[in-house]
Amino acid sequence: MKKALPASARIGRVFALFYPMVADIEATTINLTSGRKKMSKKFQMSRRDVLHQGGNIIAAGSMMSLLPTLALAAKTVTVGFIYVGPRQDFGWNQSHWDAARKVSKIKGIKVVEQENVPETAEVEKVMQSMIELDGAKVIFGTSFGYWKSIKKMAKKYPNVLFTHIGAIWKSGDPKNVIGYRGYTEEPHYLCGIAAGRMSKTGKIGFIGSKPLYFIYNNCNGFVLGARSVRPDLTCNVVLTGEWNNPVKEAETTNSLIDKGCDVIVANVDSPKVSVETCERRGVFSCGYHSDLSSLAPKGFLTGAEWNWASGAEFVRAFTTGKPYPNLKRGGFKDDMVGLSPFGAAVPQKVRDEILTAKQAFVDDKLKIYKGPLKDNKGNEVLKAGQVISNTDIKFKLGVRFFVEGVAG
Amino acid sequence: MTDGGDLGWWGVLIAVMGGAIRVSTPYLFVSLGETLTEKGGRVNLGLEGILVMGAMSGYGTAVVTGEPWLGVIVAGCAGSALALLHGLICNLTRVNDIAVGISLFIFGTGLAFFLGKPFINPSAPRLPHLELGAWSTYPQVRSALEINALFIIGVVLAFALAWGLKNMKWGLILRTVGDSTEAATALGYSVNWVRTMGTVAGGFLSGVGGSFLSLYYPGTWNEGLSSGQGLMAVALVIFARWNPIYCFYVSLLFGGATALGPALQTVGITSNYYLYGAAPYFLTLGLLIYSSSTKHSLAGAPGEVSISR
Amino acid sequence: MFGSTFNNGLEAVVINAAALILTLAGFGIFVALFGHNPLDVYYILYLGAFATQISIENTLTQSAPLMLTALCTAIPARAGLLVIGGEGALVVGGVATVLVGIHLGHLPPWAGVLIMGLAGSIAGGLWIGAAGALRQYRGVNETIATLLMNYIAIAIMNHLVSGPIRDFDQVLKTSSWSIPESLMVGTVPGLDVHWGLGVGVVTCVILYVIMRQTTFGFGVDILGGNPRAAQMAGLPINRMVLVCCFIGGAGAGLAGTMEIIAVHGFASESLVVGFGYAGILIAFLARQNPAAIIIVAILVGGISASGGLLQRRFDLPDATAAVLQGMLFVMVLASNTAYGRFKIFQVKAN
Repeated sequence: MKKALPASARIGRVFALFYPMVADIEATTINLTSGRKKMSKKFQMSRRDVLHQGGNIIAAGSMMSLLPTLALAAKTVTVGFIYVGPRQDFGWNQSHWDAARKVSKIKGIKVVEQENVPETAEVEKVMQSMIELDGAKVIFGTSFGYWKSIKKMAKKYPNVLFTHIGAIWKSGDPKNVIGYRGYTEEPHYLCGIAAGRMSKTGKIGFIGSKPLYFIYNNCNGFVLGARSVRPDLTCNVVLTGEWNNPVKEAETTNSLIDKGCDVIVANVDSPKVSVETCERRGVFSCGYHSDLSSLAPKGFLTGAEWNWASGAEFVRAFTTGKPYPNLKRGGFKDDMVGLSPFGAAVPQKVRDEILTAKQAFVDDKLKIYKGPLKDNKGNEVLKAGQVISNTDIKFKLGVRFFVEGVAG
Repeated sequence: MTDGGDLGWWGVLIAVMGGAIRVSTPYLFVSLGETLTEKGGRVNLGLEGILVMGAMSGYGTAVVTGEPWLGVIVAGCAGSALALLHGLICNLTRVNDIAVGISLFIFGTGLAFFLGKPFINPSAPRLPHLELGAWSTYPQVRSALEINALFIIGVVLAFALAWGLKNMKWGLILRTVGDSTEAATALGYSVNWVRTMGTVAGGFLSGVGGSFLSLYYPGTWNEGLSSGQGLMAVALVIFARWNPIYCFYVSLLFGGATALGPALQTVGITSNYYLYGAAPYFLTLGLLIYSSSTKHSLAGAPGEVSISR
Repeated sequence: MFGSTFNNGLEAVVINAAALILTLAGFGIFVALFGHNPLDVYYILYLGAFATQISIENTLTQSAPLMLTALCTAIPARAGLLVIGGEGALVVGGVATVLVGIHLGHLPPWAGVLIMGLAGSIAGGLWIGAAGALRQYRGVNETIATLLMNYIAIAIMNHLVSGPIRDFDQVLKTSSWSIPESLMVGTVPGLDVHWGLGVGVVTCVILYVIMRQTTFGFGVDILGGNPRAAQMAGLPINRMVLVCCFIGGAGAGLAGTMEIIAVHGFASESLVVGFGYAGILIAFLARQNPAAIIIVAILVGGISASGGLLQRRFDLPDATAAVLQGMLFVMVLASNTAYGRFKIFQVKAN
């Protein structure tokens, strides 16, 4: 038992057993009272932390039932990030962690984070706990499978903003939900250009996780980009079937290299293993999710990155009462995706070529899907002259084919 | 077959063989470890936790000190420590070794994930390998024959253990204790002591197996690194009939099966990859059903092991 | 008779409480090594698990599937089998629920839910029952068989949801078709916890009564305690083993059903999150007693629930909860040895 807890907190704790409470930590600063003096120096930090966020929440909770308006006095906004995996994984979760770092730099924002949250009923409880125990006003749900839970919680907490990375919000879904997502096929197209220019064998490799629309699009972007500079190039595709299985990813990378592929990109949770394996075997690699250039000083070309930090603008809009979109998708034009720094192996001429193409995406002059286009089974997908807009999400969601040049 | 670098179906074969060598080492070490444990009469289902702990501690040591071989040793010691815990708890009466194993599985992985957070991001130096394929002009063959010293140690160890279990005094003691508590007690051996030592030795090997995962292949540390290699050890040992040399063959088989899926996809066989991935499990279960009988226990099974009764 | 039961119960309470206290002490030392005040950590554990209504709801939500998967180990264990196939049986039950549920949109919800529950239980029951049959008629070790069958079940499910029964409108995740919205069940009245909890508690209680009060339960206990005696007494051993395996598997299968009809609505790899493996330990901690499973599951669920708060308040890794759970498991299992060693609990023979 704690010896030195303020009386108000002690009563509050008992009280809280019987009373569901809504607490806002930031409102709790008022009742940090006695009891800190007796603590040893060593534990002071953590102790203070707890007093701030633990014990006194309860006190605040009980007081707030008397003074509900107190919460309005809060100035800091707490933002909760929920990750499906470990947050520094050189991959998907890290791309969100990077965004969380940027969000936390906004004045008056405090970020709380929880990692390895599975896509089960647990995530709902995590959100509730963040909202009610930490006072979170914005929740970033950074995994696909959180979608159902986010919709459910958004109905329950209409004053909290939820974001989801699937960008599948449709009218009728709660208004306090934002779906946002970048078109990573655009940076993959640029990686493809690098691959096409750098490949010696004319064969490149793509490792996918699951047969999902964005995996197809990323692969097609990669191949179309490569074939835009080297029309005879082919690409081997292997799906591992899992988001995270390092042994299988290494094995797949090796078998692609054995097959003669000399530029490889892996669309898995953490491409670290694949990039490192490529480096060891002396072939080129491209990154995905976050910046992996440091892992392969010799063979890294460039990589497709997200720019989830664009979520910061939603937080700003939400806290200042400005309007925000419910659905935001975009590529380079809307600054929703990024390109990793070039590796040392990429000559200036190729860099210029890639940057020109990137600018063409920004100016909306370069389209990924344009006719004539065949899939890898020889069926015609687009007739000559047919052009698909880069923002045509309906077309992209329906992509379940690999373009010509893909083997496997 | 557009250029000389493409070996077509031969490429698949080479990739499977190379994969067998690359992927099999952790299987080999955990199954040898479990063989030692079970020969003494106990089952340690916590090898998964030990393997993951070994992978983490080995990687962490290599990151901090820059010495991968030191990492291997630390991994083995970490594995022994966890195994010692298993051994000591199982020495108590009325304690189920399988349940303790599973709790060790959860505790070991939990501890490894806890301590391993700072090591997910940094890269560690890798264990060296021997270029046994330098004679070949094909890069595929050369890569398949890049053999890690741990693999060779594992193979040597398999034969040495097989010989030692049969001919050395410790082997005899271990087998006696594993086959019959009464006989061992009558001969004056401390059953608990011997079993604990068997478990600890098994833990050391499993920890080393884990360090192979993190320090050589795939050569990284993250929380999805092990896909159940440690849990499978128990099944592998039955498959191998508690014979260290068979453990080697079975590990090669499992490694090759893991490599088969990706290799087949590169030549265009793309469907059903989940089922190919589960092939080793189907195979083991089928073999188990084929070779079991209600009339007698499995050949080679230590009499005191709970899973053979 | 009463005195002995009471004393046995008291003995179990004292021993488990001692194990819990020792675990907490060990955990306190562990967090102190990382510079945190153990008292603060204990307090957050309590806050996250039991202190407020949402904490309690969180705890109960976490514990719901564990109650059912624990049965998968507990019931066969009473007959002397060690089954670790809860993970696979849950997956099989979930898939069966979906396969049946998608055709039931025209039924009234109660009928649809009932049929799906039956489908999940029967599928899970047959899955583990098969392992029981392999053991009885073929001598295949059930522990290894169910371990392998876990991997096989997961692979089959992954195969199905990425092809044959895949819903291509779900663009973000390979998932199966969804059951009709009308057949989804909500929360237990008065609590924001899905119905998996109610089903879990009721199933555990029913099985407690069956295993305690019926001739069948008595026979199973004889079989588990001494197979030879059971044989001498002429008990139908094979049938009893099969029934126990079926019941256990049905429990885990039902957990799969509840995950589908109360949480996901479709089958996907989100079914594979380790409920089955956690269930094994809960069964052992509860000493294979279905009623005790309820309490143990809530305790373990509480640790998971407060894990999140530990992460956010102390910046401790998420694995902290796993470390604490592992310590608790090890300690409670080790404490099994203490039973019968303290004289005060032994009723003097008359």
